[in-house]
Amino acid sequence: MREQSHRLAEGGRIDRATPLRFTFNGRRYGGFAGDTLASALLANGVSVVGRGVKYHRPRGIFSAGSEEPNAVVQLETGAHTLANARATRVELYDGLVATSVNCWPSAEYDFAAALGLLSPLLPAGFYYKTFKWPASLWMTYEAVIRRAAGLGRAPDGPDPDRYDKINVHCDVLVVGGGPAGLAAALAAGRTGARVILADEQNEMGGALLDGHDEIDGAPAQDWTAEAAARLDAMDEVRCLPRTTVFGYYHHNFLAALERVTDHLGPQDAGVLPRQRLWRIRARKVILATGAIERPPVFAGNDRPGIMLAHAARTYVNRYAARPGRRAVLFTNNDGAYRAALDLRAADVEVAAIVDTRPEPTGDLPAEAESADIELIAGHAVVATHGRKRLSAIEVMALGDGGGQVSGEARRIPCDLLAVSGGWNPTAHLFSQSGGRLRFDATGACLVPAVAAQATRPAGAGNGTFALDGCLAEGWAAGAAAAAEVGSRARGRAAKAPGATVTPEEPPGDYGVVPAPGHPEGGPKHFVDLQNDVTAADIALAAREGYGSVEHLKRYTTLGMGTDQGKTANVAGLAILARLGGTDVAGTGHTTFRPPYTPVTFGALAGRDVGALSDAARRTPMHHWHERAGARFEDVGQWKRPWYYRHPGEDMAGAVERECLAARNTLGIMDATTLGKIDIQGPDAAELLDRVYTNAWSKLEVGRCRYSLMLGEDGMVMDDGVTARLGRHHYLMTTTTGNAARVLAWLEEWLQTEWPELRVYVASVTEQWATITLCGPNARRLLAEFTGDVDLGTQAFPFMAWRAATVGGIAARLFRVSFTGELSFEINVPARYGLGLWTAFMNAGEKYGITPLGTEAMHVLRAEKGYIIVGQETDGTVTPADLGMDWIVSSKKDFIGRRSLGRTDTARPGRKQLVGLETEDAALVLPEGAHLVENPGQEPPVPTIGHVTSSYHSANLGRSIALALVKGGRGRMGEAVHVALEGGAARAVIRDPVFFDVQGSRLHG
Amino acid sequence: MLLIPCPWCGRRDESEFACGGEAHIARPADPDAVSDAEWADYLFMRTNPKGAHRERWVHVHGCGRWFNVARHTVTHDISAAYKVGEKPPGDAS
Repeated sequence: MREQSHRLAEGGRIDRATPLRFTFNGRRYGGFAGDTLASALLANGVSVVGRGVKYHRPRGIFSAGSEEPNAVVQLETGAHTLANARATRVELYDGLVATSVNCWPSAEYDFAAALGLLSPLLPAGFYYKTFKWPASLWMTYEAVIRRAAGLGRAPDGPDPDRYDKINVHCDVLVVGGGPAGLAAALAAGRTGARVILADEQNEMGGALLDGHDEIDGAPAQDWTAEAAARLDAMDEVRCLPRTTVFGYYHHNFLAALERVTDHLGPQDAGVLPRQRLWRIRARKVILATGAIERPPVFAGNDRPGIMLAHAARTYVNRYAARPGRRAVLFTNNDGAYRAALDLRAADVEVAAIVDTRPEPTGDLPAEAESADIELIAGHAVVATHGRKRLSAIEVMALGDGGGQVSGEARRIPCDLLAVSGGWNPTAHLFSQSGGRLRFDATGACLVPAVAAQATRPAGAGNGTFALDGCLAEGWAAGAAAAAEVGSRARGRAAKAPGATVTPEEPPGDYGVVPAPGHPEGGPKHFVDLQNDVTAADIALAAREGYGSVEHLKRYTTLGMGTDQGKTANVAGLAILARLGGTDVAGTGHTTFRPPYTPVTFGALAGRDVGALSDAARRTPMHHWHERAGARFEDVGQWKRPWYYRHPGEDMAGAVERECLAARNTLGIMDATTLGKIDIQGPDAAELLDRVYTNAWSKLEVGRCRYSLMLGEDGMVMDDGVTARLGRHHYLMTTTTGNAARVLAWLEEWLQTEWPELRVYVASVTEQWATITLCGPNARRLLAEFTGDVDLGTQAFPFMAWRAATVGGIAARLFRVSFTGELSFEINVPARYGLGLWTAFMNAGEKYGITPLGTEAMHVLRAEKGYIIVGQETDGTVTPADLGMDWIVSSKKDFIGRRSLGRTDTARPGRKQLVGLETEDAALVLPEGAHLVENPGQEPPVPTIGHVTSSYHSANLGRSIALALVKGGRGRMGEAVHVALEGGAARAVIRDPVFFDVQGSRLHG
Repeated sequence: MLLIPCPWCGRRDESEFACGGEAHIARPADPDAVSDAEWADYLFMRTNPKGAHRERWVHVHGCGRWFNVARHTVTHDISAAYKVGEKPPGDAS
């Protein structure tokens, strides 16, 4: 570990007593507590931190904040890794490991850059132009581009960290803990209002941490500490450092990401989560979001060693890290002179200040001159030199109102060029909230204009850049917001904090800085450093017709990426405006969208991962199924036994065994998951009449009826059996997956359309365990358990139900069948489900009782041609399409009936349900396969339908399939071809009922 | 995320609700009396206004009740929430 070559001996907000070690791109370095990764790298003299995404030119640290376009790193390794971390916002911890992205094999030596591979390939609109070429060519490029233009790597395992979510309400949310935010929080907090103050940095203070300001006659950093302490002492104020408010949504709902333990590195954080997602509903919002310095766009402006002036100032003042040894300032405004003075105070030689303004007359320029810093006014930087680190710049005189450069170029050696083109208010959240921005020609920036929600911008985020204004505006906003929610301060009046500031002249012109040879050729003027978009790219896009801001963004990728153009957007807009002879007020700006800075998926997911990502519903018999070797399938949220695997069996073997047992002796199935809706009230039958296709009023107590439920569009939505339990009492069953939807459907109609109906519906699915006994021995086994009911087919026919005592338990017996076998569904209160199931299993041993999974059930019902809603239907299938007109009443109205007569639903040639018999009896067709008439014809071959269900049937000794085929019922006996990978298979269309066509087993 | 004033439960987050689309679309009393075009209009056609909109919501993760909301589709300002069967505010008819 070497010496921190660029570290100042004293000063800064770092703790020299706490040294930290870290590794960057495989090399080991040292830093101190209080450093960011970026400041520690600078303190070690590291210049190259990454590579440009297109041209792979070396890039250095450019900023000191969230706007960082270049210093984007892969933090840590393995499952914990975080892609695209901004080194400027990564707090240093001991043992930190980071690597550059966008470079291969390394940031220092980049293969693509060395060969100049990518630059000719990547003009503006590259991706669009590429997509127009044959797709195969894109495939070729993709592999190269992905490696070359990598934006970080995904973790290689499940995230080991925990994340939390928290929902809060507050009176006033203050976003940003700089001077305006602190003043606002103090003013609101002292009234007793419930205040949340969130700031993305590790401590409150914002830009006050970077300089030497004074507030109320004391050092601003002392005032900041005192303000933070006062806020902490207020009961209703919550300060959230390390918390980025990243999204501003409707009705003052904001989302924030708190990095709870990120600054400690990957470790067992005990009870604390890694990050916490705050979901905040605020009555009032104050946006004290500060401002972001914008870079001038000049030739060769991307070399390592070129950084924003305020960032350079921040590094020496706050982090005691010298970003260079010999600096030049390049500016169009007074503010950057502060950086020159502070750099000089930190023993950085300041070679010159290059100011594009012809005659800077402000106090700060005067101060710089009196400090013997050479001021080169009316000049511009026209070239930069140095490969991995800036070595010199060239300046020339500006003429023609700033549009041309002329005269001799003067070369100035330096290793740091601190640049400033003025400031942009951080208006992201204001704009996200729906607020309108206006273009301020004086500051050449977009500032909040018209709020759309209960929100107030304040301070630099509102275009009020000077410290005194920030404090006053923040204080006023905080007091007003508190007053609006009815919170007023008691006790003696308090005064807003104040500051004396050096006045600043307005900034000079902002646009592309001219250079010899530009724009026709010459060195690149980068606008967007992260996406390698140049001024020439913007001009090209405009020439090619992509002159609107949203088109420009997508065509050039300007403003995309992890930084979302925080240092690039306004520059790009200014260039586009100038090309069109207008200004940014004329071009408008692209939409600001959440998140302000990237948010980890982990935080958005919170605890809703793994087993907690969705509820799992299990029947009372679940553990029995598990012990019996069941493999489960998800049906909605339910875990249903799919098949029971015996030792040495595969799935096909298990399903075959189960199917044969059900037809030959006795099957038992857990049907608890079927939706059960209890319907009671004098108008229950009327409700059923209206929602089902057939008539209900004549159904006797003790009987059941199968029916279809349609959507108002006439398409089959659900099916099931409903039993009449009493005069005004019915029990409706639904498919497992549709239970909630059907209940909601009934509720919706009852509440909105038929409030006059006297009927109540309630889900009773989980109140009952349902066991189905099916097969020739079903009645014999059930008889052993019942004494109070005649199970004979005369007394208890198919589609009847009886109340009975089963094994001593009060039960409902339904003689219904989904397998085509003699079948009883036994409903007992859920708590008896497992006991009765076990009793049946024991007593049924002599019959070879066999548990059936859903797969066997599906095969058995397909043998009978019974549909499954969602398999034979897909929302475009009518009862007639299924051949089920017999269930559709013509004597009454019901939901969807009118639609059955619409032109399209009544037309001939609709797809109809048929059976399919493959020529090759062993061939089980893939479900979803398409049917064609002539596979030999030139593609595209028209489809005439598709396979909906397909199985091997052990009972029939061959494969069976159901299909929806155009005009299918008119094609009985016709041969069709099933399109398969590698050829077509022949099959014959037939009736969908393959087994026991008379239904004698069912009624037996 | 909207803050929706359920007439039964008060103001709750949008995530507790489901939207049921445009409100006050009457089902034809006699479906057979309307033409295919009129039926299709009832079935499929919805207004898509930029501005004031009356829509149905159900407090699905709350009281389970359906009700109507008058919402501005641009500003999302909710000017009223009213029960099924009640007249929309400002509706003189």
